[in-house]
Amino acid sequence: MAWTRDQMAARAALELRDGDYANLGIGIPTLVANHIPPDIDVTLHSENGIIGLGPFPTAATIDADIINAGKQTITELPGTAYVSSADSFGLVRGGHIAASILGAMEVSEGGDLSNWMVPGKMVKGPGGAMDLVAGVRRIIVLMDHVDKAGNPKFRRENSLPYTGRNVVDMIVTDLAVFDRRDRRSPFRLIELAPGVTTEQVAARTQAHYIEELT
Amino acid sequence: MVEKIYPDAIAALEGLLFDGMTIVAGGFGLCGIPETLIDGMLAAGTRDLTVISNNAGVDDFGLGLLLRNRQVRRMISSYVGENKEFERQYLAKELELEFCPQGTLAERIRAGGAGIAGFYTRTGVGTLIAEGKELKDFNGETHVLETGLVGDLAIVKAWKADRFGNLVFRKSARNFNPMAATAGRVTVAEVEEIVDAIDPDHVHTPGVFVRRIILATRNEKRIEQRTLSMVA
Repeated sequence: MAWTRDQMAARAALELRDGDYANLGIGIPTLVANHIPPDIDVTLHSENGIIGLGPFPTAATIDADIINAGKQTITELPGTAYVSSADSFGLVRGGHIAASILGAMEVSEGGDLSNWMVPGKMVKGPGGAMDLVAGVRRIIVLMDHVDKAGNPKFRRENSLPYTGRNVVDMIVTDLAVFDRRDRRSPFRLIELAPGVTTEQVAARTQAHYIEELT
Repeated sequence: MVEKIYPDAIAALEGLLFDGMTIVAGGFGLCGIPETLIDGMLAAGTRDLTVISNNAGVDDFGLGLLLRNRQVRRMISSYVGENKEFERQYLAKELELEFCPQGTLAERIRAGGAGIAGFYTRTGVGTLIAEGKELKDFNGETHVLETGLVGDLAIVKAWKADRFGNLVFRKSARNFNPMAATAGRVTVAEVEEIVDAIDPDHVHTPGVFVRRIILATRNEKRIEQRTLSMVA
C-alpha cells in the first residue's frame, strides 16, 4: 500500500537532525513540519526572511506582516529572527541551511531537478527554488512516484527545463525511498512503502538505480 | 534644514517621475509593499515603466494596479503567478518579463545599491536562467555572472521613520525593502509611523539612503493566503 502524503512527509522528517536549520517547500513538504520528532530542535527557514517559523496563527493572532515563502500567514517563536531577503539567500547560498525538502515535477538519475516550468503553459517563475538547490547542503525531494498520466517522474533524463543540475540527494515518493552517498554516486533504492514490491517500483521508474534495501 | 518628510504621495513623487523610467519596489507578495506610493504612481500615470520587484501584485492590488492601468512595459521578477492581467498582457506580448531567481534578484539589487557591477553565483547554472550569460569556474564549480540593478527611483515600505530618514521595518515585511532602499537614485519611503527618535542600534536602513518620507495613508496589508491553525 502506497504511503499517504502525511506518511511521505513523516518519512522525510526522519532525515532532519537535532540542531538543523531547514527549509520546507510549498505543498507536501509543508506537512513535514508536523512530523519533526519532538526530541530534536529543528529551526525552519523561510526564504523571504524568517529564521524560526512557527505554526499557523489563530484568528486572534493573525498578522499580515508575518508570512512564509508560500505567502501563508504564520507565527513567530521564541528565538525567531527576521532578516532581509538578501541576507536570507546569503544563508542559502553560503551553505548555512542543512536541508531543503521540496516538490518536483521530474528528477533524473543524475540528480537533475525540474520543478518550475512547463513549456507552453504560463510560466510563473522560479521563485527561490534555483537558489535553494544551488546552496542548501542536502536536497530531499518529496513527490508522487508517477505523474497524473501515470508516467514515471524519476527518469533517465528530464523532459522539462531544469531548476538545477545534479542537486538532488534523496527522493521520497509514495512508493519508495531513494538516496545516494554523494553527488557522484548513483541512486539506491533503500526503502519500500508497506506492501510495495521492487517489481512495482521498477515498473514505475525510468531512472537507473541500484537496489540496496535495508 | 533639509526636510525629508512630505505631506503625501503626490508631493513626495513630484519631479521624480518620467516615462520610460526604472523603478525598484520593495515587498514580497503583498507583504511590505508601498501601497500609498503605488497609488501615487497610479495617479501620476507615468508610462513605459520598468519595474524591478520580486512579484507583480495581484489583479486589483499592489503593482497589479499599475499593470492594469497599462503603465508597465517591463518587469524583472522571480515569481508572477498570482496575476491574471499580467498573464494576459504577457501572452499578448504587451509586457516584457525578465525572470530572475529570488536570491539572485535580492543580491542584484543589493549589489546595485552597493556599487557592485556584477557577481558570480552557482544559482541557475545549467538552467535557462544562465543562457547567454558568462560562466566561470571557482574551486571546480561553475558560476554564472549576474549584474547589479539600480533604478531611477526606489519605493519602499517601512514601519517607522524618524525625520532623518532612518527606517525600521516590521517582521517579514522587511523582505526586499532594505536592498530596494539602497538601489534607487532617489528613494522614497512610506511608513506606518513617524517617530521622534529611533535607537541608533535599531536602525535597519540609515537615512543616507532615504530622500523623501511620507506617512502611509494606505496600510491595507491584504493577505494572500489566510491560513489558520485548527484550534480545539
